[in-house]
Amino acid sequence: MDIPYTVEVRRDTGLTNGKIGIWLFLASEVMLFGALFASYILIRTGAPSWPRGDTILDVPLATFNTIVLISSSVTMVMAWASLMRRRFGTYRIYMGATILLGLVFLVVKYFEYGHHLRLGEFPSSNNFLAIYFTLTGLHMLHVFGGMVVNAYFWGPGAKLWKTNPVWFTNRVEHSGLFWHFVDLVWIFLFPTLYLL
Amino acid sequence: MTSDHATSMTGDHAVDIDRHVRVYITVFVALMVLTIVTVAVSRFHLPVPIAVTVALLVAIIKGSLVACYFMHLISEKKLIYAVLALTAVFFVALLALPIFTVSDGYWIH
Repeated sequence: MDIPYTVEVRRDTGLTNGKIGIWLFLASEVMLFGALFASYILIRTGAPSWPRGDTILDVPLATFNTIVLISSSVTMVMAWASLMRRRFGTYRIYMGATILLGLVFLVVKYFEYGHHLRLGEFPSSNNFLAIYFTLTGLHMLHVFGGMVVNAYFWGPGAKLWKTNPVWFTNRVEHSGLFWHFVDLVWIFLFPTLYLL
Repeated sequence: MTSDHATSMTGDHAVDIDRHVRVYITVFVALMVLTIVTVAVSRFHLPVPIAVTVALLVAIIKGSLVACYFMHLISEKKLIYAVLALTAVFFVALLALPIFTVSDGYWIH
């Protein structure tokens, strides 16, 4: 039996089931990161003193990573736009660029983490590093998860384009919504942790 | 820009998409400029309350651009707005919780 409402919209909601599903998932993600941001506020306001992020963390590297992630959001939306224009070859290029930019983000974080760990700066060292590693670590897991999904739609999952291009376009749109959410979270993480 | 578009990929939509691609590029440039603004402002070492206000204001503008244009929220269906409004209520309540913990019992007396 076919999965219902993957292509045609439901009359009652005006949406496909996949679209509602991804937005409900993103709502739960907002609460997950919201809980961690609330923890950050609680820890920071309760601390007798709190270091400025730029005295401990590498702002130029994080700025570079911000540019990388924003660029990946653009390539992601361009990948979807390419499918809407029925240009599958262009889609592959943009989606490939999105995956590569995600990889660049993770490699930069690897060097950033490595630098801290070599200096003996662990999550257990102090509250600032604890919340830094927790928030950025969870965010990195999301970047990795998004890359896996995007890689699937770049590779084996792209077979669907031949048999059902509209469904495939919808699926890419949904994975794009997740990817943009990951970008959105970083937009708030960057000033909160690195600049304040 | 919503899934309605994806359900019928016709020639009319190709024109629509071209228009939207120009918007994506504009938003990308705006996001880059705002990123530079965020970093530049932090160099002034403003007092913490002002620094937090400016940084969050710029982040909210950037986040809104991503949500409205890349995530197509500017032209979504009512149900999505309803889900997000409910999420926003709980999100604000979650962020407000620390205020109650540092109020020293003010709210319950």
